[in-house]
Amino acid sequence: MPHPWIPNSDPEIKKYMLSVIGVNSIEELFEDIPEKYRLKHLLKVGMGKPLSELEAKKVFEEKLRRVYRYEVPPFLGGEYCLHYVPEVVKSLLLRDEFYTAYTPYQPEINQGLLQALFEYQSLMTELYGVEVVNASMYDGSTALAEAVRMALRATRRRKIVVSKGIGPMKMSVLRTWLKGLEVKIVEAPLDLDKGTTSLSRLYTLVDGETAALVTSNPTFYGSIESEIDEQAELIHRKGGLFIVFADPISLGVLKAPGEYGADIVVGEGQPLGLGLYYGGSTLGILGTRKDLRLIRQLPGRLVGMTTTLDGTSRGFALVLQTREQHIRRERATSNITTNSALAAIAVAIYVTYMGGAGLKRLARSIAARTVYLIEQVSTKLADSVRLLFAGAKYFKQVPLRFNRAYEQIFNLLLKQGVVGGTPLSRYEPEYSDVGLFCVTEVHSKRHIDKLVESLREVIKREHMEAS
Amino acid sequence: MNIWRQARWLEDIIPLKKGFKNLLHVLPYEDEFKDVDVNHYLPEKIVRRDIDIPAYPELEVVRHYVRLSQESYGVNTGTVPLGSCTMKYNPKINDVVVKNEVLEELHPETPEELVQGLLEILWELEQWLKEITGMDRCSFQVPAGAAGELAGALIIRQYHIDRGENRDEMLVPDSAHGTNPASAAMAGFKVVTLPTDTNGNVDTEALKASVSRRTAGLMLTNPNTLGLFEEHIDKISDIIHGAGGLLYYDGANLNGILGVARPGDMGFDIVHLNLHKTFSAPHGGGGPGGAAICVKKELEGYLPRPLLTRSGGRFVWDYSCDKCIGMMRVYYGNIIALLRTYLYILMLGPQGLREVCEVSVLNTNYLMKKLLNSGFYELPYGTRPRKHEVVFSARKLKKDVGVTAEDVAKALLDRGLHAPTIYFPLIVEEALMIELTESESIYDIERYVEALIEIAKEAYRDPQKIKNSPKHTTVSRLDLAKANHPRTLVLSTKYLKESS
Repeated sequence: MPHPWIPNSDPEIKKYMLSVIGVNSIEELFEDIPEKYRLKHLLKVGMGKPLSELEAKKVFEEKLRRVYRYEVPPFLGGEYCLHYVPEVVKSLLLRDEFYTAYTPYQPEINQGLLQALFEYQSLMTELYGVEVVNASMYDGSTALAEAVRMALRATRRRKIVVSKGIGPMKMSVLRTWLKGLEVKIVEAPLDLDKGTTSLSRLYTLVDGETAALVTSNPTFYGSIESEIDEQAELIHRKGGLFIVFADPISLGVLKAPGEYGADIVVGEGQPLGLGLYYGGSTLGILGTRKDLRLIRQLPGRLVGMTTTLDGTSRGFALVLQTREQHIRRERATSNITTNSALAAIAVAIYVTYMGGAGLKRLARSIAARTVYLIEQVSTKLADSVRLLFAGAKYFKQVPLRFNRAYEQIFNLLLKQGVVGGTPLSRYEPEYSDVGLFCVTEVHSKRHIDKLVESLREVIKREHMEAS
Repeated sequence: MNIWRQARWLEDIIPLKKGFKNLLHVLPYEDEFKDVDVNHYLPEKIVRRDIDIPAYPELEVVRHYVRLSQESYGVNTGTVPLGSCTMKYNPKINDVVVKNEVLEELHPETPEELVQGLLEILWELEQWLKEITGMDRCSFQVPAGAAGELAGALIIRQYHIDRGENRDEMLVPDSAHGTNPASAAMAGFKVVTLPTDTNGNVDTEALKASVSRRTAGLMLTNPNTLGLFEEHIDKISDIIHGAGGLLYYDGANLNGILGVARPGDMGFDIVHLNLHKTFSAPHGGGGPGGAAICVKKELEGYLPRPLLTRSGGRFVWDYSCDKCIGMMRVYYGNIIALLRTYLYILMLGPQGLREVCEVSVLNTNYLMKKLLNSGFYELPYGTRPRKHEVVFSARKLKKDVGVTAEDVAKALLDRGLHAPTIYFPLIVEEALMIELTESESIYDIERYVEALIEIAKEAYRDPQKIKNSPKHTTVSRLDLAKANHPRTLVLSTKYLKESS
């Protein structure tokens, strides 16, 4: 069947090509497939026939019409929050030379792509305060899992201590990625007032067998790890590595992890110009100090700068490839091949566009919204809502504990046209009364006021109905 | 003579490139929160001082990245016949996915009731992928092919543990993609390598000798990386299953049998699909791709969660996990690639999908015939028809005039063509692994063959000229020894700041 995406489906061309090959039919090219496996019928896929572009678009659009359009930007928190994506990023990302390229195995013809990735690496080292960041991982959760595997290899130890602040989802992903290795995973609880990893518990959990201490700053619950220096000091005293997961947007107001002693830094690039797309695809940030012992254990692609053989000009190429699967096979640092290069370019464009000063102001304005939300909730909803960790400082995400099951409240809010914070019950049954609310640059004061007002109404009505 | 030339802009590197200190962005609603006192709220000792990244005017950002894109090369620039990468056309219609603002803002925690239309698309797509692979259930949780392999290896591991068996060996052919042994090792398996026989198939005698009560499974790609269909797949399946192992299908090469034969019918128990290869999602300069992992009914319980289920006409994510291996990543999958796949299948339909495979195979064999006739390149493992790709060897050129596969690759770049995959599979000396896909026209194929022949002729005339290529790309050949040496290694602009 001739099709414009398949030029040689033209029957005349096909016939000519078959004659050059020296066979009578296409079927002859498949004769080495055992007869019984050769399909006699067409697959039951699509609409049973090819669709025109117009028809396909209609099918797609009709279905997407049954997807909710937010009236007020959602306050959903968790692993991702809604951020604004500048048009500059979206437009440049559709440059055909970038998005239809393969991994730049032939550096001479892909210098632009390589330079963009080198710039991504460099911008991330500035943000995270380390010297090395790889050319991207799939997402934050898998980057974290690979960071832990990296630490296990580098230290040759078999135990890790993970702060509960990493959150239930990344914890679950981490457990999956460590199956098959005999590794002891110890969870360190959060201080119930401060919302920081409990230092007193860490002193007993982290020992001379610990490969790494894994902390998230801010935590999954939005609380800021204010005693992070002590955590770094502790794990280093025991000879282990300090792995810090940090939201890149938070680094506009919070110290860079490298500054307070992180050996391996990890992050989720989604806030930096990637959009949400119902959760994917995003980008995992993974980096480390300038220490060859660690760099050799780093998974994923790395772009390095060099010169041409004749020394006359600068150039970029994939480096240290002997760490990778296509050369090292079962002894590779990881199986990762496809990564998130295009998302890395998006992040590079976003950060270049914002600049350091812009990122700082953006992060501060998010911090201001966080403070504003907390103020409003504490003054207007004091009777029925409190912060999950009363003594914590928060950034971007705020866990609110209600005096009843939160999911009901979430559903009632929806009826008011407000998509509230994420109910944590799906991940942590013990938090069935907690919603994780996120505020970012997309939220105006009016939006936040509307949220608080709607919460008040919903709670009031609930209360009346209950009594 | 007409000479192709690539752009060369000499763009300074960001963030070293000269910029501005305080370009004022107008940030959304910033002024509304001016009165909120952030300084007193945040603990002093954790507050950031500086971010050493200049600001650039919007036009400067646009020019910089447009220029970098012009120094790059993708399928929409020209032929990229990288073997095992399936660099097919990424239809423009599929970009409606990324341009859709509802999707762009759609948070993964949005309740299922509010996204039924999207879930319906994903559910239909799962049905289609099951039909295409001949499997019973798929999970979209895996972000890429290699992650699918890891998930598969973990499923195999858990399956044997649940049966009370201690099986710690994974069999992998020596022609396999490097991800297979790497994934098996990540899941804790000892990798046992199987040799390839003289016809380019897995050596079944060696396979028989390798299986034991320790055999957990075999990871196989079919057609294999030589572009050859494993003729004895029946026997292989019997041997593995007879020994109590499972059979894993690496879907990287599915384009070679798409719509013509199905892994599920051949005895494979687990399949991963690369949506960015077979189903036209773009490679994005290395990613993000997209993937799915599909299994036979008896392994459904092991699939990574959540799974999409339908109850009473409604679609919901099912997190229940009794035997499952857990979550491979947060949330549901690379939605963008999945939706692109949906549109791709929708537009091609059943006939079109089969045509994809038939013409990709036709193209491979046409190129093979033409190149073989030239006599410059050798074709190891016989002349049996190839499927999606073919592996030639530049051994003769190397022996005769010292021109290597790499030199040939660089000379191709000089002609405005991308090189094939080189030095892979490892079992072929001076390998040139060529996969055209169905997207290249007969004229593109002929041009490519002519270029390869021209290069070979020139190699005999003036080998140094080939060895000095490329000359017309953005830069000439790079010093990779310097790039990799610990003393001259530069992995970020921070290395440059230190040394200056």
